[in-house]
Amino acid sequence: MKYFPLIWSTLWRKKTRTIFTLLSVAVAFLLFGMLETVDYAFRHPSGGVTGADKLVTTNKYSITLSLPFSDAQQIRSVPGVAEVTWISWFGGYYQESKNFIFALPIDTDSYFNLHKGEFVVSDEQMQAFRNTRTGALLNEALMKKYGWKVGDKVPLHSTIWTQKSDGSLDWTFDVVGSVSVKDPTQASAQSSTLLFHYEFFDEGRSFGKGTVGWFEERVEDPLQAAAISNRIDALFANSPNETKTQPANDFTMAFMKQFGDIGFVLRAILGAVFFTLLFLTGNTMMQSVRERIPELAVLKTLGFGDGKVLGLVLAESLLLCLMAALVGLALSYATLPIIKQGLRGVELSPTALLPGIGAAVLLALIVGLPPALRAMRLNIVDALAEKH
Amino acid sequence: MSEAIVQLRNVTKRYIRGKQSVDVLEGLNLDIAKGEFVALMGPSGSGKTTLLNLIGGLDSATSGEITVAGQRLDQLGQGGLARWRANHVGFVFQFYNLMPMLSALRNVELPLLLTRLSASQRKTNAMAALTLVGIADRAKHKPNELSGGQAQRVAIARALVADPILLVCDEPTGDLDRKSADDVLHLLQVLNREHGKSIIVVTHDPKAAEFASRQLHMDKGALLEAGTLA
Repeated sequence: MKYFPLIWSTLWRKKTRTIFTLLSVAVAFLLFGMLETVDYAFRHPSGGVTGADKLVTTNKYSITLSLPFSDAQQIRSVPGVAEVTWISWFGGYYQESKNFIFALPIDTDSYFNLHKGEFVVSDEQMQAFRNTRTGALLNEALMKKYGWKVGDKVPLHSTIWTQKSDGSLDWTFDVVGSVSVKDPTQASAQSSTLLFHYEFFDEGRSFGKGTVGWFEERVEDPLQAAAISNRIDALFANSPNETKTQPANDFTMAFMKQFGDIGFVLRAILGAVFFTLLFLTGNTMMQSVRERIPELAVLKTLGFGDGKVLGLVLAESLLLCLMAALVGLALSYATLPIIKQGLRGVELSPTALLPGIGAAVLLALIVGLPPALRAMRLNIVDALAEKH
Repeated sequence: MSEAIVQLRNVTKRYIRGKQSVDVLEGLNLDIAKGEFVALMGPSGSGKTTLLNLIGGLDSATSGEITVAGQRLDQLGQGGLARWRANHVGFVFQFYNLMPMLSALRNVELPLLLTRLSASQRKTNAMAALTLVGIADRAKHKPNELSGGQAQRVAIARALVADPILLVCDEPTGDLDRKSADDVLHLLQVLNREHGKSIIVVTHDPKAAEFASRQLHMDKGALLEAGTLA
């Protein structure tokens, strides 16, 4: 700590340059924080189907290819399978594409049986849902967001499914009740959920009748999940619709990857940013050390050893990078609610920002080491005579 | 002669510049007694600063023995020399070489960072050194807010603060006007006479040399004569 005033003063020797360097590093870490958080969210999905006792069966070749509804009976017959339900991707939004709604056509009995204890719906509203063919249960947050209430008619636009009756992509649902999740960690991921009847969907659509997007299974013993997955897939081996059964979490991740290898894209962007930053900050540090070679020589003259001089320059680099990183990461933390709004259904975690501190230390060492070594190797006599 | 603080025996310093070898000092012998104030004079390129650098432990001899304050410097490595410098010698340069971003007090405190003194002790000692050189009232000023004479006094305070036995000064008045130069030289004389500091000053200025108790003249890497002044 006794060296801190010296390091701090040295850092601010050229105020304007230090401020600009700090800003550029801070902006890079702002980007790092934002992208890393998004990447983390996609690698650790909390939305969708979760739980060790849940499996998801999709078409073997792509989750965009459907499966026959009749497969449900065969899956149900597999020993160890406690419940099966089926769902399709509706791809709905309200009025504008930015108003994404996580609308899912469900089979009421099997869906709520499979997710027993996960949702809260009043008995009265559940009964109303069962009795209303066009009925929909909406997440409370979604109802609040658009000011919808029970009794309202909600028109949704599907990006995929046209109606058999008029070829329209617009579907209208009657709001019969609200649904909420018991697990608070799922609250955000489920905040745009709208559940409606699979029968209404299947009968109303102009194509794909009798097919489903995927099956969800609950197994009796989670330890048997892998064996049961193999048994399910074996049922449909060599059929026109071969299947791929996997743990629910894996499915959610695969679903996210429909959008492309997000991790790769984000890392590529970050790589480019940090590569540029290395040159920028590295050059600044080199220049800063070059300008004060006589001062460093004086420190050595006073008895500062090679190791201490090396340490002082590295500490300066570390201080610069850590300060900038903390500012950048703090700003990215502040943007979490905005990103969250943009990535509906994705839960963001501030813990994703922690690698930023490691990245800052690494950056500091990489950019600080060459000038620090140069300072360490300085020949006092030459440096005092400015023969550097 | 009293106990020697500096003893050089057959010291040679050779620089290699590319394919060329330049002998700057050749078989030099010198004794400086403890408490002496020595002025080292001579034309440019005569080897004065090289000799001062060797005595101050900033550079190593090509051959020969250098003993300063009882320590054989030619037997120390870079780390050992750094520690020795911190404990035994203070340096004053022509252009003061103060840290521009630090206050006078912080500049003087620098050598004390290498000690185990507490922050308050360091500050007390640094203020004492500034008081000794008569510039305590400028403690919070940065070097660019000081005159040349004041800056050199701060540099002398920095050289003194760790209580070294020897002060080596390379053209300490070379950048000062006559009045400031005389003040600085007078200060060095006080430090020598009243505080017992051994002082070696490299200078071109015969007037500056008059403040010393002995003048040494160098030319082409050799000591020409040695005289003792009253």
